[in-house]
Amino acid sequence: MTTALPQRDDSAVVRFCGDSGDGIQLVGNRFSHEAVRSGNDVATFPDFPAEIRAPAGSTAGVSAFQLQFGTDRVYTHGDQADVLVAMNPAALKTNFARLKDGGVLIVDSDAFTRKALAQAKYDDDPLKAINASRARVIPISMSALILEAMRESDAKRRDILRSRNFFALGVVYFMFGRDCDDIIEWINTKFVSDPLAMTINRQAFMTGYAYAETLELIAWKVPAAVQDNSTPQRTITGNEALSLGLIAAARLADLDLVFGCYPITPASDILHSLARERDDDIVTFQAEDEIAAITSAIGASYAGALGVTATSGPGMALKSEALGLAVSLELPLVVINVQRAGPSTGMPTRTEQSDLDMALFGRSGEAPLPVIAPRSPADCFHAVIEAARIAIERMTPVILLSDAALANGAEPWCPPDLAALQPIRPGFAKSQLNGENNNTAFHPYARDDRLVRPWAIPGTEGAQHCIGGLEKSAIDGAISYDGDNHQVMTDMRLDKINRIRHDVRSFDFLGHQNEKDLTARCGQLLLVSWGSTFGAVRRAVLEAINRRLAIGHLHLSWLNPLGEGIERILNSFEKVIVPEHNQGQMTRRLRCEYLVDAKVLPLMKGRPFSHAEITSTIRSTIG
Amino acid sequence: MEPSIQSVVARPKTRKDYQSDQEVRWCPGCGDYAVLAQFQKMLASIGARKEDHVIVSGIGCSSRFPYYVDCYGLHSIHGRAPAIATGIKLANPRLTVWVVTGDGDGLSIGIGHLLHALRRNVDIKILLFNNRIYGLTKGQASPTSPAGLTTRSTPAGNGDAPVNAIQLAIDSGATFVARVRDTDTSGLKEVLEGAAGHRGAAFVEIYQNCPVFNDGAFNKPNETSFALYLKAGQSLIVNDDEVLAFTSKGEPCLRAARGSRKYVHDPADRLNARRLANLDGGGLNDASLPVPFGILLKVDETVHHDTVRRERRKSGGLEALQQRLGAPIGSQGESKIESDLDMRRIA
Repeated sequence: MTTALPQRDDSAVVRFCGDSGDGIQLVGNRFSHEAVRSGNDVATFPDFPAEIRAPAGSTAGVSAFQLQFGTDRVYTHGDQADVLVAMNPAALKTNFARLKDGGVLIVDSDAFTRKALAQAKYDDDPLKAINASRARVIPISMSALILEAMRESDAKRRDILRSRNFFALGVVYFMFGRDCDDIIEWINTKFVSDPLAMTINRQAFMTGYAYAETLELIAWKVPAAVQDNSTPQRTITGNEALSLGLIAAARLADLDLVFGCYPITPASDILHSLARERDDDIVTFQAEDEIAAITSAIGASYAGALGVTATSGPGMALKSEALGLAVSLELPLVVINVQRAGPSTGMPTRTEQSDLDMALFGRSGEAPLPVIAPRSPADCFHAVIEAARIAIERMTPVILLSDAALANGAEPWCPPDLAALQPIRPGFAKSQLNGENNNTAFHPYARDDRLVRPWAIPGTEGAQHCIGGLEKSAIDGAISYDGDNHQVMTDMRLDKINRIRHDVRSFDFLGHQNEKDLTARCGQLLLVSWGSTFGAVRRAVLEAINRRLAIGHLHLSWLNPLGEGIERILNSFEKVIVPEHNQGQMTRRLRCEYLVDAKVLPLMKGRPFSHAEITSTIRSTIG
Repeated sequence: MEPSIQSVVARPKTRKDYQSDQEVRWCPGCGDYAVLAQFQKMLASIGARKEDHVIVSGIGCSSRFPYYVDCYGLHSIHGRAPAIATGIKLANPRLTVWVVTGDGDGLSIGIGHLLHALRRNVDIKILLFNNRIYGLTKGQASPTSPAGLTTRSTPAGNGDAPVNAIQLAIDSGATFVARVRDTDTSGLKEVLEGAAGHRGAAFVEIYQNCPVFNDGAFNKPNETSFALYLKAGQSLIVNDDEVLAFTSKGEPCLRAARGSRKYVHDPADRLNARRLANLDGGGLNDASLPVPFGILLKVDETVHHDTVRRERRKSGGLEALQQRLGAPIGSQGESKIESDLDMRRIA
């Protein structure tokens, strides 16, 4: 099966869409996997509704999966699709705008019945109205073709028709010259317990592939980057990377991991994957509510494990009292917030970055804590290890801000050499017992030069103590309502967090000049990103640098404390723009910390920025 | 953890050994003092290693308890102590974990956590100090205040029916349930030692007098004659000449001691524990039937951390995780983003 395809040293964007029950996420993931396997870089964006199965054929029930794959680095899942596969009229209706002008539209024409058109609220057949310059429409009678291909089969008509997604996958495989061996092998393994489904899906896939070959439906081949030994063989989603990173962190610290969690979209997959990894040092606990999820994790940390909880915005709101307790107790704790569109229930499956203010300030009293944000799905692995390292070594709760786009999106991943990672060192208090002379009082709030207190876990002889949410006397930890002491403790808690900035890599910079060569106002425009906006901003800035613009990109990994050196970078540019999925939370932070006239570029549409949106801002600002 | 030689030699034996250096700050005459003393005596009598006991509390007068005992203590936030204790027990099942709570902390803001800790049979011992009033916030009605009680928040009388704590505990799945009065020294000894020795979720309701805001809450008329002290294997004699019995429909009643088929108390019988718990509707509703004290229920069931542990496999540390992830590729071990591709593209 070697068909000569035109090679483009480039990338392609494919978007699959259909009913929630059509298996769109499955084929999207398989196609991504194949792209990675064959050496492309990939970024994916699953885009699905919160409802499990809205009525079939309705626009509310449309599920989509978009990916960009490329020879070189791919930073985003792509702005608009080169190829759009729409399995029914509702999918076409909700996704057609995502197809670029002149792109290829593949539809299952058998699904465009009068009833289905009416359900999607189309008056006429929309396919007829698409003119040739807008899109090249390829209607394929998918249902009829697979029924025909399997007419000898004993399988029920309904079961055969459920394999339409594999037919469509076969078509797209051919279009991009993908090798079929791996997907066939995968189908054989995946459906090993259901031989009928195995046969149907395999046959549907091959029928689609052969049909595309017959029609010579050729897109282009996206060649692999020059093969070297660093070619990743797997993809990883943000939520998977967080789960694996947590296990790695616990083992680097030689601690048990106790993960307390209450189900919430889009964080639940972390619980699912950790529950599968339960081991004698990995404990998962599905708590009765968000508060029990975090308080059980606090209890676990008090007893000497790495306590972790994960949630999304509404759950984060419920946890805020307990977070304040963790700040007061000065115990290790990792709190993951996979942000989604809010306020309140908002749009549970859609992405947003609007919990930054809550992470930084959303507690009663002065309750500072470190906040870190991963920039890509794979970066979640390292970010959560860093979060755990700071939590354990600095005795503090740490918030990790992920988001729905990172959580479900995937990218290729090279597993790290775990043995080469720096071990995490808990500062456990030592047993204080000296025979009968056990009179040396243990001081739970005595601090070292980093202002870190000892982690005295139950079971440690001679270190018995009681701590709580009441203000504590500095050093001995006894209850204290003394005003001078409260001032000291408040300052100490802040200073302790601020000192972390000396020991972490809290940002990185890329610009028309190296960071060390920056001078005041030497550049025209600085774009600042944090979290998942990294990809779109990085790509747009790279293009602008190639156009010889005096531009820079500052990406913040630690959002609290902010790193030293940020101020100099901000002052090296005439203008500062912060694209973020909120109304300016990081922008306000930079303005207030550094007195810089930063402007926000807000996007609150439940989807990530496209690089075109960033590029157009760059153009309108500095040309 | 292996006990060291010193700790065996130095094992404390008296109540004083379990007193912390913190000044006790309850009101004079508060029932909490008696419970604290009996608790410390109990630790001495079981020869507790103080570093292996943890007391977790929430918010309220009773929740200051852990400051006064020389073991590990965690004074947390309102109502959440059972959830914190669950986490402690998951992290280190070898610890003996106590929860000290009150009628506001445990039965109002924290009732959800209480119920779930009991139904999971988490191996913790919950002491609920019931004074039928909010003390620390200065005298509002609590979930166990009797209907009609006049308080600062219910000047026209409390309109809500009270919660029956022991019935709730039994129905939630607790495996050890007892009730005792703060003034009952021998009762406290028996019940606290029973709870200490129980493996599973133990729930002890302690009738505790608040002399400031709800003095005499438990001094019903002829209360002594109406207290029913449960003893395993014994029939339940009330008023010297009557016994507690159950009708064929399961309704409790008092019958002449002579000639009646006596009910013999068996704490392993959950159905009868339920009937006993409801004798007087929590000590408030029916003055014609006695208020039960003592150990109502004690059964052995699988505890929560064993359920979790059963599913667990032997961990292989970092090496096993590496295998699970796949061999490290190149020296990068990073997301592609971390590589210098960016710079290559610019060059």
